[in-house]
Amino acid sequence: MAEYWYFNEAFAEEASSYFLERPEPVIVMDFTIGERDFVNAGNASSQIKMALKRLGVDHDILRRIAIASYEAEINETAHARGGEITGNIYPEFVVIKFYDKGPGMKDIEQSMVPGFSTADEQVREMGFGAGLGLPNIKKNVDVLHIDSEEGGRTLLEFMIFFRKKS
Amino acid sequence: MKLKEFINAVNAQFLTSEIETDMEISGGYASDLLSDVMGNAHEGQIWITIMRHLNVVAVASLANIAAVIFSNKMKPDEAVIKKANEEGIILLATNMTTFEVAGRLYQLLHP
Ligand SMILES: Nc1ncnc2c1ncn2[C@@H]1O[C@H](COP(=O)(O)OP(=O)(O)OP(=O)(O)O)[C@@H](O)[C@H]1O
Ligand SMILES: [Mg+2]
Repeated sequence: MAEYWYFNEAFAEEASSYFLERPEPVIVMDFTIGERDFVNAGNASSQIKMALKRLGVDHDILRRIAIASYEAEINETAHARGGEITGNIYPEFVVIKFYDKGPGMKDIEQSMVPGFSTADEQVREMGFGAGLGLPNIKKNVDVLHIDSEEGGRTLLEFMIFFRKKS
Repeated sequence: MKLKEFINAVNAQFLTSEIETDMEISGGYASDLLSDVMGNAHEGQIWITIMRHLNVVAVASLANIAAVIFSNKMKPDEAVIKKANEEGIILLATNMTTFEVAGRLYQLLHP
């Protein structure tokens, strides 16, 4: 299994201990995503955004969460055969997991390069395929973890803290 | 600059229900690639596009875009307009091209 990790330095220590212990979330939100379902894609991200808004999460942080989540949700429907999304909400941060049904990525580092895309005609007609989704996710999150290999399922998860970097 | 000044300048028509247009506009972004918009457009900006799919509403909503204007006589389906009304997203349409709309908007913001 190929793995990719990115940590925002400001939260690296706190985030590492989270990933070692994986404590129980306070709120769990589960969604199922269909393959090439461009009509419903975005609903999960929108519902997670609304839930966090009600909990009082800062406006700018909410926007970062919404953008990262939407990009990952679209990738799950556009590049994989759909899958699951789980939003785990904690008092200080959110961890959102996207676990799809494959076919996985040949090379994660290559997928992360701005402009790299294997999107086909149908996906491009929907306005996707610029190869900017994964770079956008990285730009907006505090931790990004991708676990994927060709022929297997992809797990993408990210963590975003509710407080601003000090 | 207020949204209504922009609407007048590009002769835009409301696709979603007409609402108060006193809101302040901070800038604009022109693109038909959704990830490009999510990565580079800022909150409170006007998004100029010819991309008419439902995803435009999702992106505008998630990224807090002030209003979307379809240029070059492009108009989305009723379903897209309905969704935008539900989500409180302003959709506009104009006969001007993306180049013209962006030019007028730039002039208004940098007189
Ligand atoms: N869940 C996934 N499963 C398999 N491959 C993926 C997955 N997510 C991304 N990829 C691969 O990584 C590439 C880059 O993804 P990225 O989101 O950056 O761009 P894109 O989806 O092609 O275009 P954009 O996001 O700009 O609309 C994809 O084209 C695809 O090859
Ligand atoms: Mg993408």
